[in-house]
Parts: sequence; C-alpha cells; structure tokens
Amino acid sequence: MTTLAPPSVPSSETDRRLGPQGVRRLFAAADASFAAHLDTFGPLPRGQAGPDLVAELQRAGLDGRGGAHFATWRKLSAARAEHQVRRGPIGLGRGRAVVIANGAEGEPLSRKDAALLALAPHLVIDGLLLAAATVGASRAVLYATAPLLPGVRSALRERTDARDVTLVEAPDTFLSGEASAVVAAVEGRPAVPADRVVRLTASGVDGRPTLVQNVETLAQLALLARYGAGWFRSVGAAAEPGTRLVTVSGGDGRSPLESARTPGGAGRVLEVTGTMSLRRIVEATGIDPARLRAVLVGGFHGAWVPPEAFDLPFTRDALEPWGAVPGAGIVWALADDRCGLAAAADITAYLAGQSARQCGPCLNGLPRLADVLGRLARGDRATWLPGEVTRLAGLVTGRGSCHHPDGTARLVFSSLQVFADDVRQHLEGRCLAGVSSTSTGPGESR
Amino acid sequence: MSALDLGRSASSSPQAVGAPGSRRSGPGRGAAASMHIDWTLCDGRGLCTELLPELLDRDEWGYPVAVGQPPASRSDVTVPPELVDAARDAVALCPRAALRLRPLPLPLP
Amino acid sequence: MTEALWALGRGMGVAALVSFTAAVVLGIVTRSGRPLPGLPRFGVALVHRDVSLFATAFLAVHVVALLFDPYAQLTLLDTVVPFFGDFRPFWQGLGTLALDLTIAIALTGMLRRHVGHRVFRVVHWGTYLLWPVALAHAIGNGTNGTDAWFLALAGVCTLAVVTSVAWRVSTRFVEWDDRRLPRATARDLGVVDPVAPFASGPSSSGPLPVVPSTTAVGRPTATRPVERLHR
Repeated sequence: MTTLAPPSVPSSETDRRLGPQGVRRLFAAADASFAAHLDTFGPLPRGQAGPDLVAELQRAGLDGRGGAHFATWRKLSAARAEHQVRRGPIGLGRGRAVVIANGAEGEPLSRKDAALLALAPHLVIDGLLLAAATVGASRAVLYATAPLLPGVRSALRERTDARDVTLVEAPDTFLSGEASAVVAAVEGRPAVPADRVVRLTASGVDGRPTLVQNVETLAQLALLARYGAGWFRSVGAAAEPGTRLVTVSGGDGRSPLESARTPGGAGRVLEVTGTMSLRRIVEATGIDPARLRAVLVGGFHGAWVPPEAFDLPFTRDALEPWGAVPGAGIVWALADDRCGLAAAADITAYLAGQSARQCGPCLNGLPRLADVLGRLARGDRATWLPGEVTRLAGLVTGRGSCHHPDGTARLVFSSLQVFADDVRQHLEGRCLAGVSSTSTGPGESR
Repeated sequence: MSALDLGRSASSSPQAVGAPGSRRSGPGRGAAASMHIDWTLCDGRGLCTELLPELLDRDEWGYPVAVGQPPASRSDVTVPPELVDAARDAVALCPRAALRLRPLPLPLP
Repeated sequence: MTEALWALGRGMGVAALVSFTAAVVLGIVTRSGRPLPGLPRFGVALVHRDVSLFATAFLAVHVVALLFDPYAQLTLLDTVVPFFGDFRPFWQGLGTLALDLTIAIALTGMLRRHVGHRVFRVVHWGTYLLWPVALAHAIGNGTNGTDAWFLALAGVCTLAVVTSVAWRVSTRFVEWDDRRLPRATARDLGVVDPVAPFASGPSSSGPLPVVPSTTAVGRPTATRPVERLHR
C-alpha cells in the first residue's frame, strides 16, 4: 500500500493521486454522478481489499461513525476470522458473510447519512464493496429509508461492479438503525431490536457472520483504501484522526422535535475534525454560541454540554466529563430563552413513544419517566418529582434487549445535572428561561 | 426436583450438586456463572425472583431487577457458585424460557 | 384377566380425566403469575408440571390396558389414528385425538428448550382442546360414561375448568395487569404510534405537529391512557 505524504501547503483541490487536501473529503466530488466520482477519486482500488486493508484501518484509527465508536478494523477482522475456511474470490463471492451499509439514521436530528447517500453515494458503495471483499461476503445490502432509495438505486445502476448490491427499506423509526433491528429487517422481519447473546460478526443474518457499518464509516473506508492511513491522519486530532460529519441544528425557538420535523429546519451537515471546538462548529452554521444555554451532543441519547465547555475539542476525551461522545455527530443548540427541562421532556416523551414495546422495563418505565419529567418541566412544584425522575431513570438502565432505555436515562441524568438550577427554579414556581408552557404563564405554578 | 421439594435450600445444598436431574451442559460445578435475561420474552412472572431472592428483586411492574449489580450486569446477572443450582432451576422453570445460564467469562460484545 | 384389564383401563381413564382437569386449572394459575396459599409461584409451576405428567402416565396405562383387553376391540392403529375403531368409532376417535394431542403437548413441553418458546406455546394452547375432547370421549365411550356418579364427577370437573377459564379471560387476570402497558403484538411490532399522548410534551409552542409514520403497516396501536400511570 503506497502512502503518500500530503503537500506542505494544504489546498482545497483534490489531486486524484494524493487525495482530498484539507477537511473537505467526503463531498470533494463535484456532484453525485459516477463520472464525477471517478474524476475526483479514481477507480475502486479493489486490490486493496483483504488483510492489507484491515491493517491500514488499524493504522488509521478509523472508528465507527454510527455512534458507538467501535474500531472499524476490529469489526472487519472479526467478520473475516469467522469464515476463513470458506473464503471466496475477491468481490461478492462464495463466502458466508453478509455486509450491510446502515443508512437508516433513526435519530431525527441527524441528516448526515441522508446527505452522504444523496450527494456522495459512490463512496458509500465503494466502501461497501471493499468491506464485502475483505470479509468474503456473498451478500451486500444497503439499508436506508424510502426517500433515499431511488437515488441510491440510480447510483447503483451507473456502475457495473455493484449489480449484486440489494436494497432494503428501513422504516422511519428511531430504533430502525439499531444493529439487530437492521439484521431483522434484512431477514424480512419487523425492524426492532432482538435479544442478542452472540456478536453479529459471529452470527447475524440467517446465522451468517454479519458486518453492519454506518454509511459514513464505509465512505471513509473507501477513501482510506485509496490514500492510506497517513493521509487519513493528516487532519484531525491524534486520538481522533480524520474527519467526521456533523449535523447542526437548533439555536432558534424550536423544540428539538420541531427542529427534526421541519424540512430545512434540520440544520446543516458539516465535515469537521476532532481539533475543532463546539463553538467553531456551531458558529459555522450561523448560530451565535453566546446566546446558547447548552448544546446537546449525541442526539436524543446524548448529553448536554454547557457553555463553559464550548471551547473543548470535539473528541471523546474532551467530552467525556459531560457524559457525551461525538458519536454520530449530532449537535443541537438550546437557545438561552428556551427551557432546558422542557426540551428534555419533549425528547423523553418522543423516546417513550419510540419504544419497540418488547421489553417490560422500557415499555412501562419510559412513559412513566416522560410523564414525571414532563410535570417537572411544566412547573409542577411537587418536591418528590426530581427524585422520582432519578429513580425511574436508574430503574430502566441496563434492563432491555437494546440500549434504548440506557440512552434515554443518559439524556435524563444529563438534563438533571446540567439544568440543576432549572430544577430548583421550577420547584419554586419560576423558570430560568422565562418561557411559558401552553397552560401556565411564566413564573406561575399549577 | 419433585413436587414436594418446595424449599430452595434443598436444591442449593452441597449434596444437590451433581444429583440426578443436574443439567448436562453449562457452567461446571463450583464455578460462577452469568444468567442472561431475554427481555423480549420476559413477562415478569416472578418465578426467578422467588428462586433467587439474593440476586433478583421485582420492580413496580413485576419485572426482575438485579440487586447490587452494575448496569452492565442487569441483563447478564453474575451468579455466585453457591447459587448456580438455584439459577439452573430458575432457568428451567421460567414459563417464558427467558433465562439462560452461561459460563463466565462472557465473550466480548 | 380381561376383567382386570378392563377395570384397570376404566379406572385409569377416570384418573386421567381428573388429573387433566387439575392440570388445566393449575396451568391457568401458572399463567396468571400468581402464587397459591402456601405455594409460591415456582411451586405452582412444578405441581402443574407433575400433575400433567401423572395425567399422561394414567392415560398411557389406560390405553395399554385397553389395547390388551379383547373386549375393548382396540387396535394399535386406533391408538394414533382416530375414528377408524370398531367400537363406537366416533367417541373412540375422540379418545385417540386426545392421546395424539397429549403426546404433542407432552413432547413439546419436555423439549421446550429445543423446539423454542413459540412452538411450545402454540402447541400448549392445544390443552384447551384436549380437555373437552377427553371429557366427551369419557362420557360417550366410557362404560360408566352416563352413570349418575360419573356425570356428577364430570360436572365437578367441568365446573372447575369453566370457572378457571372465566377467570383466565377476565381483566386483572395477571397480577400486574392494572399497572402495565400492553406489549407490542406480532401484528403491530415495529409500528410506532405517532399520536401517542406523550408526544405532546411541554413544548414552548404548543402541541407538536403530527407526522404520519412512513412505516404504517396495519392499524396504529391503541393510544395509551395517561391516567393509568398517575400515582
């Protein structure tokens, strides 16, 4: 594998041999067509697939862009190891494994996967094919919501090497992108999480070794295969090299749910690096950080980051004290004239409604949690409310077949911590944001 | 375990280990184990909480709550060696077949 | 000898019917997740299992005894294929049907871990068919089927089962029914209700807009009343 050092003066031009310089990598092609893709990035480096690619991924330090930060080389290595005896030829061959590009993007505030599939589908397809060849898969699937499938389908038709890629529709639910839900959908069953005791790379779709990767991870992989670990690490932080996509929204009068549901109100997708701070990321979309109460990092299962942490780099280490991870790069800004508890209650109510309703503690606990937190947010002054919120969040944590209750509890705990002053104010009948609820005026109690 | 053998003490006493009816596979004698709860099957019937009161309590909807275990162990409950036989009974008697016993250490996720 | 076999067969038949009655009642108690006075839940489950095994054993002896009794005119075929017998083929056939069901239920019960929970559960529903078929067979084919004492016994068994089933279909049958929300059924698994009452949180600008889910397969789930969860 040839690794090329980037030129000493970074430019925004893309030399087909050197790779995109600067931070604009994933969207470096002029448009979504195959011709533009080939022009910018060159052909698929099929020869790189295999153990060399796994080693390069390990050197590069690419981790999953779907939220869990799982080291990509480990996943590919595990899927490879499961079927060494039945390795087929390079490309979709006779191996047992299944590779799934996960573009479900169940988090309502996230738009990066949709942007990638709409504007740079060929990088995703390249990554899918390379991963499939590396693990010897005989099946490659792209899983995305209905609006995105026509675009992906035409992208597949532009190529001759992706004839066997199948498309599976992802339902528009929060949990549709959870790994075992993805497997269920590909098997033709409802897209809800399943109880798992075995890793997917050991047994997934139809009992076969299955690799589920976020579409952005695959797109990064496609670039890495061409330009190498050195190029990948040439931007970004040492502990978090390379770029990641973030979706930034909020900072206006909308609740988080409204930000997600309003077309265009879902904010902007940016490509950033770990050295950039939250302040810079937020400013880049035109939101004024000085007028923010907090920023929600990690989507609805994430955590709030207060202004004093806005200058920290966008890395796991820096965000860790706040219980947040860069994850799938979802950033939502809470304006300082909005109530943080109201936003948290809205999110929790949404999450309660999105439960798959398979597991007792989640099915029963989340609505109760949403109810109690909602009361606190609305200005109910009963002093037992904060304690009950804490108790319920602790009760559901770790007691489900997926991490939906855990993520919800994380959001709730973070809200109680970062908005502790709001809690005190609400119990005294006031609100720091001075915002009225639908039924009571500011400062009034029930 | 006969119909008359209602007390759990009989099943977890030393002489019950290896007695007829002991399970064929799973953790070896004298070793701790991990009991996995399949929440998609669990209906909170409460038999396991009766057989393993040291490990499991019931929440306000009847579902089992692991006592004194970190969040990561609430779906994979660590069972000390002296309670493994009782755990085997719980696994066998769960009306929803929602429990399974696995030897420690667990494989990585 | 044949008198003895015949008596044994009849006696075992009655014992089997009474045992199956007890098994059905205990099975319903097991399903409720409730204990009985002096018997914890795991005890109920064990007694249910043991009584069912006794019933199966009584049934086996009943069949074998009558197989060797020439008066009963039972062939080996008749034990598994119903309605081809020489003596009262219809009522005899019901007995065969009951035996077939018992074999299926007993095997799936003992091999529950291997056949999987779904298969076990579906076959186990067959007990609701097994019991009335067995009762009808006893009355229609039994030597003492229409004797006063047997009819009285059958009446007591019927009362026990009917009462249990009435309890089974009542609300609050399961201990926690009044405190739990309903799980997703196989039909609405994966369907998310976009109009769930909790979706309208304390948003600063009023109730949230309702966005129809693009997944809608089948009808939306029933709305869940908020009142049930308040203290």
